[in-house]
Amino acid sequence: MAEVPEHLLKRAQEARERAEAQAGGGGSNPPESSGAESSDASAQEDAGGPKIPDHLLDRSKSARDQAASGGAAPAAAAMATAPMPAGPAQPEPTGPGGGTQRLLTVVKSGSIQDVKATPTDKVHVWPHLLVVEFVAALIFTAFTLIFSIFVNAPLLELANFNETPNPSKAPWYFLGLQELLTMFHPMVAGVTIPGIALFLLILAPYVDRNPSKKPEDRKFAISLMTIHLMFWAILVLIGSFFRGPGFNFVFPWEVGLFFDL
Amino acid sequence: MAKQPRPPASERAKQAMSGMMSDVQGSQAWSSIFRPGSIFRKGYSDSPRNRSYVIMNSVLYHLHPVKVKRHAVKVSYTLCLGGLSFFLFILLTVTGIFLMFFYRPTAAQAWDDIYILQTSVAFGLLVRNMHRWAAHLMVITVFLHMARVFYHGAYKPPREFNWVIGVILLTLTLLLSFTGYLLPWDQLALWAVTVGTNMMGFTPVFGDQVRFVLLGGVEIGTDTLLRWYVLHVLMLPFVLVIFLAVHFWRVRKDGGISGPL
Repeated sequence: MAEVPEHLLKRAQEARERAEAQAGGGGSNPPESSGAESSDASAQEDAGGPKIPDHLLDRSKSARDQAASGGAAPAAAAMATAPMPAGPAQPEPTGPGGGTQRLLTVVKSGSIQDVKATPTDKVHVWPHLLVVEFVAALIFTAFTLIFSIFVNAPLLELANFNETPNPSKAPWYFLGLQELLTMFHPMVAGVTIPGIALFLLILAPYVDRNPSKKPEDRKFAISLMTIHLMFWAILVLIGSFFRGPGFNFVFPWEVGLFFDL
Repeated sequence: MAKQPRPPASERAKQAMSGMMSDVQGSQAWSSIFRPGSIFRKGYSDSPRNRSYVIMNSVLYHLHPVKVKRHAVKVSYTLCLGGLSFFLFILLTVTGIFLMFFYRPTAAQAWDDIYILQTSVAFGLLVRNMHRWAAHLMVITVFLHMARVFYHGAYKPPREFNWVIGVILLTLTLLLSFTGYLLPWDQLALWAVTVGTNMMGFTPVFGDQVRFVLLGGVEIGTDTLLRWYVLHVLMLPFVLVIFLAVHFWRVRKDGGISGPL
């Protein structure tokens, strides 16, 4: 058997003493602080009948009386008699066998079970999502295939260390960096700036403390990102299409394209 | 006993076919291959239970949850960019394996191998084109995926770390594309990589060492080609797949794709 904690035993003892004192004095006052103690079931078990709130006892008593006298009395009558003040005669304590219900505790709704999950509108992945994914994959396959039929990947002449093409360009996604090379020292352009950009990108979720996802609440973040993306996009575009021999600035419609994918 | 009229030949053929299909689908071998809920199993019916089984019992589909929020299947929200990046990765793996059969990563043979692949191998040119264009496309989709995630604020808690993994995946994608750039060993490849690696040589403190490790020597040569080949076909995809797995897993663990704005 589990040991009853000391403080509970003590509380039960106190409650019993108080009940005895009350019974001796013949007092009919309701037990004080019944609400606080009502949460303690074991204390109530020991305290017995007098711990039950008076109005409940009255109600059950009147209901029993009616059942004894008139038989099938309407429940409304029992309710109506409930507020009747208790007489000096306390009803004898009755247990579960006596047909009386006991109020052990009052639990506020949500204090034990708190349902947080709100029902969400969900659909089965099969077929709803898989169909979308399948069509998307199909479109991309078809696009790649048809594009590959008509446009050949570049294969220039064999690599030759003695012949530097003019201009020499990096792959397009690095042309932004190559563009920076024209303005900054190579260490700044090739390592520092992309390194910081990558670092800031990684830090973004930890720097951006704004919990809202709504665009109207995130004007600063969105502006900053847009500027950042535009910065690279413009550099890449200039590097790709507006740089000719010697990596000098040219207009493609005047001197032609110097761009291979 | 009235003799029934013989059904037309097409009807009989149809009956024979369906009888045969039923026999095959009812066989032990067939039902050992297709797990319960598979649409190829005998007597598949469209029920909520089977819709769940299709996802749970498929090694490929079970990357998905059984159900998703309804807005997650709206194409206008994600534009399928993450999934398409993954699909392009698969497409690149398949075409890349094909290319590996015809390619030797040495300075003496690489260019000739590509040339012969294009001129003498059935579908060689087409597959090489697809590999090339899909690679460029993947850089674009990964980049757009990142932009989409940012503009939706989908990197916010609890998805911060998945954003970090995403940035790593973006970097890996760029590296994969860049290492593949050298492999044809033509003028474009050689000088693009020269520009790129010269930039990395300006890394502070370790610049020369970084460049030496990347090139497998002090200059681009046949050792560089072998090194980048191994990086391109084995090491980087290996690392990428690990990060991809974590990325997908975190999408699920962090509560599916982010909610509407």
